[in-house]
Amino acid sequence: MTQSPLHRILDFANRADPYPVYEELRKTPVYHEDDGPYVISTYYEIRSLLHDPRISSDARNLSSATRDPLAGPDQEDMALPPSFLRLDPPEHDRLRRMTNRHFGPPHSPHRVDGMRAELHGIVSGLVDGIGDPGRIDLVEQFSYPFPVTVICRLLGVPREDEARFHTWADTIAASLDPDPDADPAERGRGAHDARTQLGMYLAGLIEERRRNPGDDMLSELATAKGPDGTMSTMELLSTAALLLIAGHETTVNLVTNGMLTLLRHPEVLQRLRADPRLAVPVVEELLRFEPPVQLLPQRTTLADVEVHGVNIPKGASLWLVLASGNRDPRRFGDPDRFDPDREDIQHLGFGSGIHSCFGAPLARLEAQLALSELARRLENPRLLEDPPPYRRNAVLRGPRHLHIACDGIRA
Amino acid sequence: MLGDGSLERFRREGRIVVVGASLAGLRAAETLRDQGFAGSLTMIGAEPHEPYDRPPLSKQVLLGRASADRTALPRRRSVDANWRLGVPATGLDMAAKRVRLADGDEVPYDRLLISTGVRSRPWPHEDQAELDGVFVLRTRDDGAALARRLAEGPRRVLVIGAGFTGSEIASACCERGLAVTVAERGASPLVGALGGVVGAVAAELQREHGVDLRCGVMVTALEGDASGRVRAAQLSDGSTVEADVVIVSLGATRNTEWLAGSGLAAGPRGIACDAGCRAFDIRGIVTDDVYAAGDVARCPHPLFGYQFLSLEHWGNAVSQAGIAAHNMLSESTDRLPHMDVPAFWSAQFGVNIKSVGAPSLGTEILVAQGSLKEHRFVGVYGYQGRVIGAVAFDQARWLPFYQELIERTAPFPPPFPTVDRRSDGQRPVDADFPDPSVPTHGPTVTLSGYSPADRRMTFTPAH
Repeated sequence: MTQSPLHRILDFANRADPYPVYEELRKTPVYHEDDGPYVISTYYEIRSLLHDPRISSDARNLSSATRDPLAGPDQEDMALPPSFLRLDPPEHDRLRRMTNRHFGPPHSPHRVDGMRAELHGIVSGLVDGIGDPGRIDLVEQFSYPFPVTVICRLLGVPREDEARFHTWADTIAASLDPDPDADPAERGRGAHDARTQLGMYLAGLIEERRRNPGDDMLSELATAKGPDGTMSTMELLSTAALLLIAGHETTVNLVTNGMLTLLRHPEVLQRLRADPRLAVPVVEELLRFEPPVQLLPQRTTLADVEVHGVNIPKGASLWLVLASGNRDPRRFGDPDRFDPDREDIQHLGFGSGIHSCFGAPLARLEAQLALSELARRLENPRLLEDPPPYRRNAVLRGPRHLHIACDGIRA
Repeated sequence: MLGDGSLERFRREGRIVVVGASLAGLRAAETLRDQGFAGSLTMIGAEPHEPYDRPPLSKQVLLGRASADRTALPRRRSVDANWRLGVPATGLDMAAKRVRLADGDEVPYDRLLISTGVRSRPWPHEDQAELDGVFVLRTRDDGAALARRLAEGPRRVLVIGAGFTGSEIASACCERGLAVTVAERGASPLVGALGGVVGAVAAELQREHGVDLRCGVMVTALEGDASGRVRAAQLSDGSTVEADVVIVSLGATRNTEWLAGSGLAAGPRGIACDAGCRAFDIRGIVTDDVYAAGDVARCPHPLFGYQFLSLEHWGNAVSQAGIAAHNMLSESTDRLPHMDVPAFWSAQFGVNIKSVGAPSLGTEILVAQGSLKEHRFVGVYGYQGRVIGAVAFDQARWLPFYQELIERTAPFPPPFPTVDRRSDGQRPVDADFPDPSVPTHGPTVTLSGYSPADRRMTFTPAH
């Protein structure tokens, strides 16, 4: 092994199957070299750090001495204040609480479940529109458009504007996944333009919703007068952008990884076709087996912290490799086997602690509906290419295309 | 057992009787079957209902969001048991290995699990307790009756006792828009479990939600009208509270009376057992065929000076039942100790309260995160320079970290900064418990390992 583990994680050659790299990494649960980040790869150590109040998510606490290959320009728009993903309490708590008030229990217990019929309609529509069953790119024709449409409906973007929304989302997502052949400056400009246009569009929509509120989430966020007051327009823009970006690529990959895994395990696909209720444990096992967010960079220590006998100094940068923790044999028996019948499956796919995935209930429902509908309607589906081509991104890991074929589409 | 195949025979065709068919009894029965017990299993329950969940009774049920008869516990698996519900056990003959029932029946056992739990401590004056409108809250029937009465819109509700149950009842009444008075003998609500510093926050919460909270007073008498309905309560400060519903929430009494004279070490404080849930007899000798789990058991905890802890916690009932069931089917060297770190939660006045460890053993408290003023914080309890408990108000997601500190007997006060350390969290203060218990001095023990099967303790001699 001549390459350092850090480079092997980032090395595109390992994108299709990073798990042997993680297995190697777990021999050193806290890996550190030179001035790089501290890489944590074992389940219990990751879980501990996710609940550790000495760990900050606020980039301002990062010591400048650290060289983190995943740092670099922030994925969010620098013109906006940081979203709650990149804040610590009490600010994090305030913004997340205000957002959750209109998304989940206790104040909005029916928001996600109330979208069930609508989600089902979107999924059916996408499958209806697949066309030639002999060559399907599941990413472009299904996984990609699905979550953007869902976010549009959640936020209350008018139907006639959805197409524009899709274009911006595509451009921003592409910028998160650098194509080495493209001109970086041009790509950067394109993404910047898309962010600006999206921001201006959302700002306009917020103004409109303040005047004529509907029952969508953006209207409620814009007009709320809860115990924490009202979000400023800038905070609201940050939050809406976070929901869009964090809820998009991750769901694309969850659905695509899901179908890829099912096609590699036809006996599970067959069971899912026979019993759509299996979608619930299938999606949980997928979140363990092929999590859309492979690792969490961008956390930093507020004090010296000892982990597994290693002293991590104050101001250090951490990588918490969730996908590796999910395959830790100390936590999961036979961890490299895809087994939807596991009973004890407290995976790290959604993280844990105060930053645990905000959209998890929606993501679960999206993936459950998508996979059970695909299983039900695609006749004799099969992979045309295995492994499929992957995106560059090592953090938000997933196929760029998933070419499949089937004998027909059931009604 | 003797390694002569008798354990195998017992697992195949033995007789296990579980007395107490609530959370601990049900989870134990499920574990017994899970671990391959194929013999006969008898579940004896004093209440006529199948096992149900109690936490919703003081929350969703009182709010009218769930009906009391929809609280059945979800089953993890079928237990294939002979259910004797609605028939309390009245006696135990340890020599003959038989449980006597109220209907005169006797049920023989090879191994016995006692999980009879606790019941509400009743109002001490029987004639006053019988007034119409006077309630306790422990059972499903209690919950159903109280919910019905609250739905009728009483003019004022009086809650006697501001522990967790009393406070949750007061919270539900407020949420229903009812006028509520709470009378608490201590200086603040929750003071016994969490101390006066946190109790003051609980008091603020109550008052902000419109509760007429009266601390440092006792209710001396309940008065009824001519038709036998409660109408008022006399307080020790000379005042009178007019109320048409009174809820007596003065804690719980352990259901051990049926064991009187049995020779088992059972009394008002529960059934003493070892860390493996085997009950002691009154000679202090551990039995090998009688086990206890749940609220009725008290067992030594290595993290807390081997004091016998009895915990009325939902999670404790579940994990202790699992350990007891496992040990009932195991050779002595395969037995597991019950070493879970205590934890409980409560929902009241819009706040999620969660605790780990043993706050009530602490003498000092430090607000490690957040702020008391905002009613969102993590309070860490210290005892003799170590972290012994923690409580979170709307900050529960941090508690696993503090649980690790407790398991490692980490130093108190915690010396490090946190993401939300405020100025009022810079130094510890007296936790202000009314009657601080003093754990025994001596060696300490730390826990390691992640599952019951690989949990280990490390003995650290005293300095």
